[in-house]
Amino acid sequence: MMIPLLRPALLGLTRLLVGARASWEGCAPADVPRIYFANHSSHLDTLVMMAALPRELRARTHPVAALDYWGGSALRRSVAVGCLNALLVDRTGKATAEVMDAMAAVLDGGQSLILFPEGTRGDGAVQPFKSGLYHLARRVPGAELVPVFIENLNRVMPKGMPLPVPLICTMRFGAPVAPPGDGEDKAAFLERARDALVSLSHSSQSQPRTPSQETAR
Amino acid sequence: MTAEPLLQPLFLWLAGAALALLTVATLIGAVLAQRVTTPAGHDTVRNLNARIRSWWVMVALFAAAMLLGGTVTLVLFALLSYLALREFLTLTPTRRGDHPGLFLSFFVVVPVQYWLIGIGWYGLFSIFIPVYVFMALPSLSVLGADTTDFLTRTAKAQWGLMLAVYCASHAPALLWLDIPGYELPGALLLLYLMTVAQLSDVFQYVFGKLWGKTRLSPGISPSKTVEGLLGGGLTAVAIGTGLHVITPFTPLQAAGMSLVIVTAGFFGGFVLSAMKRDLGVKDWGTLIEGHGGVLDRLDSVVFSAPLFFHLTRYWFT
Repeated sequence: MMIPLLRPALLGLTRLLVGARASWEGCAPADVPRIYFANHSSHLDTLVMMAALPRELRARTHPVAALDYWGGSALRRSVAVGCLNALLVDRTGKATAEVMDAMAAVLDGGQSLILFPEGTRGDGAVQPFKSGLYHLARRVPGAELVPVFIENLNRVMPKGMPLPVPLICTMRFGAPVAPPGDGEDKAAFLERARDALVSLSHSSQSQPRTPSQETAR
Repeated sequence: MTAEPLLQPLFLWLAGAALALLTVATLIGAVLAQRVTTPAGHDTVRNLNARIRSWWVMVALFAAAMLLGGTVTLVLFALLSYLALREFLTLTPTRRGDHPGLFLSFFVVVPVQYWLIGIGWYGLFSIFIPVYVFMALPSLSVLGADTTDFLTRTAKAQWGLMLAVYCASHAPALLWLDIPGYELPGALLLLYLMTVAQLSDVFQYVFGKLWGKTRLSPGISPSKTVEGLLGGGLTAVAIGTGLHVITPFTPLQAAGMSLVIVTAGFFGGFVLSAMKRDLGVKDWGTLIEGHGGVLDRLDSVVFSAPLFFHLTRYWFT
């Protein structure tokens, strides 16, 4: 089909719009089963993550996407599955076991997943995590849990703005988070994982100051 | 300007000189990489070799665009303006209310500015951004009803457009100058500006690394030295004087023009360095390996292009 051309075109456009630079700060790119969990900042999250990954990892990494949206039409499905290797999952809660099986199968096969555990997106701040990350980490304890902070993308397409403004987005890959410990409950683990993601947002000197910080200076 | 093809002996000589210069630089870089012993030296040489590799790409792109004609050259500069504006605004805090204006800056202002140059409408391209866009952008932002840092946000967006789009666009505008008695392709004037401005940067770096002792202003640009500035600047003026053969200028006029380009270029780099320090970054971006961002490479051209354009237009057309 058109897929062989569509993929480089989509990734090229993404780079022209937001640069999509990867900054490996806490780990190196490696072909081991990983759960990359990132902040959800815009509709472009998945595309930008895929554009930032090295080519050989991109082919073995699957963003988890909502079936109700991405499976909605043949075009969307071919973009999501054909171009972006997406794993489409039912997020209505009716098929939780099947979703977990499908995600675990990818990791067991030696490949990686991209998750956005916030579920919804806020205006800049990282929201509390949904529990899927916890259950998946318990199910596949061998997978590395790598936090990825996507910087600036919420400024590219703020909520409710249909048109993008080109700004350079950097993906900050942090050090893997330890899987849930024996005595650790779900809430504690999710909070720890969220903290690891949030701490990446302060790790750079090139982080632009927000106007209010600037006034306070 | 004439429609004569660029591919003629003069251009081939210049291309040959660029090729020779790049080859010599590459060889020197390879020798230095063998000889260097200290860790700090390793970093410097690695950065030097990255810079030289990037120069090959930049020179090849620029030469290809010029050979393909005015329209392609214009598109290349429009793309550079887009990338430079993206670097500038990435580091500049903006708010939700700025979004529509910023969208228009990238996708309407950039193409319109270069289109006006392409159709030769001097009267409008020279006031489009400083007059019309100057008022239109804050008018759009004010509709967002957000007064937090309104003046700062507006001023920074205006500066981004003036530097990355308005000033930079004067470089390819040289192709559309109609200079009586000047029979060479207009692209050679652009080549002249770029060569003098960029060689000034290169030789300031070389002189500074080899003989630089007196820091010019450590707080703004730690690598700039008095020795580098004088040695590099004078070398660039000498080359600019010798290159008078590709311009409508006499050797003396060419020396004066080169001095203007070098001086403006120096202040361009200096002013943009001060902005980077204010924003808390070392480079504008990471697109050009060894150099930083597009704006790091264009900072001298951004200041010298409008001056060179207007001086040439006033006295020679």
